[in-house]
Amino acid sequence: MSRAKATIYGWLLLLPAFVLLLAFTHWPAVATLHASLYSTPKRNRPSVFVGLENFEGMVDDPVFWQAMYNNLLYALGTIPASVALALLMALWVNEKLAGQAWLRLAYFTPTVLPMIAVANIWLFFYTPDYGLIDQIVRAFGFGATNWLGNPDTVLYCMMVMTVWKEAGFFMIFYLAALQQMSPNLAEAAAIEGCGRWTFFRRVTLPLLMPTTLFVLVNAVIGAFRLVDHIVALTGGGPNNASHLLLSYIFDVAFRYWDTAYGAALTVVLLAILGGTALFQFLVLEKRIHYR
Amino acid sequence: MIAARGIPRHLETLGAWVLAVVWIAPLVYCVWTAFHPPEFASRFALTAPLTLDNFRKAWDSAPFAQYFFNTFALVSLVLAGQLVLVTLAAYAFARFEFAGRDVAFALVLVQLMIMPDVLLVENYVTMAKLGLVDTVLAMALPYMASAFGIFLLRQTFKSMPKELDDAARVEGAGGLTILWRVYVPLARPTYIAFALVSVSYHWNNFLWPLIVTNSVGTRPITVGLRVFAAIEQGVDWSTITAATLMSCGPLLVAFLLFQRQFIQSFMRAGIR
Repeated sequence: MSRAKATIYGWLLLLPAFVLLLAFTHWPAVATLHASLYSTPKRNRPSVFVGLENFEGMVDDPVFWQAMYNNLLYALGTIPASVALALLMALWVNEKLAGQAWLRLAYFTPTVLPMIAVANIWLFFYTPDYGLIDQIVRAFGFGATNWLGNPDTVLYCMMVMTVWKEAGFFMIFYLAALQQMSPNLAEAAAIEGCGRWTFFRRVTLPLLMPTTLFVLVNAVIGAFRLVDHIVALTGGGPNNASHLLLSYIFDVAFRYWDTAYGAALTVVLLAILGGTALFQFLVLEKRIHYR
Repeated sequence: MIAARGIPRHLETLGAWVLAVVWIAPLVYCVWTAFHPPEFASRFALTAPLTLDNFRKAWDSAPFAQYFFNTFALVSLVLAGQLVLVTLAAYAFARFEFAGRDVAFALVLVQLMIMPDVLLVENYVTMAKLGLVDTVLAMALPYMASAFGIFLLRQTFKSMPKELDDAARVEGAGGLTILWRVYVPLARPTYIAFALVSVSYHWNNFLWPLIVTNSVGTRPITVGLRVFAAIEQGVDWSTITAATLMSCGPLLVAFLLFQRQFIQSFMRAGIR
């Protein structure tokens, strides 16, 4: 087939997907940048160019900084925990311990649930006085705690839920990688008299490095993308203590209808995701070369 | 080193099981509450009578049948659209040498990072302009051109021997016929993997549907559950639990029945 003909066919095949991709991914990303430089249109005041005013407002907005801080804390709290647990789960499932299939089922099931259902389930645990956690705490002689109503505890409650839901998902990636690992390695190591811990530290862990990086990138994206539980359970409260960046964007844009400021906030989110993408491109893509 | 080397195997098994029990406990608790009368919501007694009343009450107090129908429509529409678009695009990337291909592919990959989930404001504006707010189509459209699907299927198509292609061409088959008769059947495992991942994602999706729908006639089950729980909050835990379990029921049952298939699919989708 000539190149000209291939070009026509290629683009024709691509066209339907590309139109939707442009319309709902690329265009909105560009439009967000554009909208962030304009004011929010009001009833009798059309939108005007304001330059970086929205971003200046952002710098002075304590809620924005709170949401950023929360999101950072949330990422630092959930990612290492869920990745470490995922690795542990994958190793155990892969080792063919007694009841392997049941273990895998128990670890993976939370992943299948919608975040909104997870939120409802955990709401029971967190309910003051009546909830399961307070009942256990009371058995040890402590009083009731309003876990979700207290700015000091609410974000940690959200983190626990997230780790519970995500660990099993990340386990799958590790499991896939472990199953592709040659059994010869373990045999050779056993002949050399290498202990299991040494084998794990010196062989398994380095070989899982690409998977770990891949999982980390996904976890970072997840920490900024998934806010269903925040929106459903706390709405960012109390006192903004559980706001993450995207849940704050949701509030600004769809509760206060300040779309221009919402766009400016989205630009920050896009920058974070773009930075993650760049990291993946520069670091992760290297793995293809040494494979 | 000696201590670290020799963690006994049965201790490890015990650890694995403790973690498994802890991990599944919240769900077991949810099932317990849903199937027992409200007075047993947080009291465990072996003699507690089983009941379906909570489900009956939940079912009667919100239009769950409609919500289920909406979710079903949403999931099918997204999947149908995805399968067609993704197949065509992946075929183009895998088998055609065309001008601008690498740039186009890079543009597709952008969506792996910047998903429609985060472009809420502008996508809402677009839907408003198209007059699609509060329709199932509006919930589905941003997800139809799935970069993840294109990527996954392109890998699969690329791994197929080109001789098959040539053989079919000798037989006089055209491009689309070859795609339909040769590539699509051979890529079945990938399609199943992608379909399972897609269905579970969109069954569970919440934020975008919450924004773009505002009536019972379009709301999917996740948003419906949220509306229901927000109204009922603090009133009747057992009913909320039953509703929660109901809303993820079909997916959960499907998962339990086809567990192996599900996990294999997620693994397949995870290897890139």
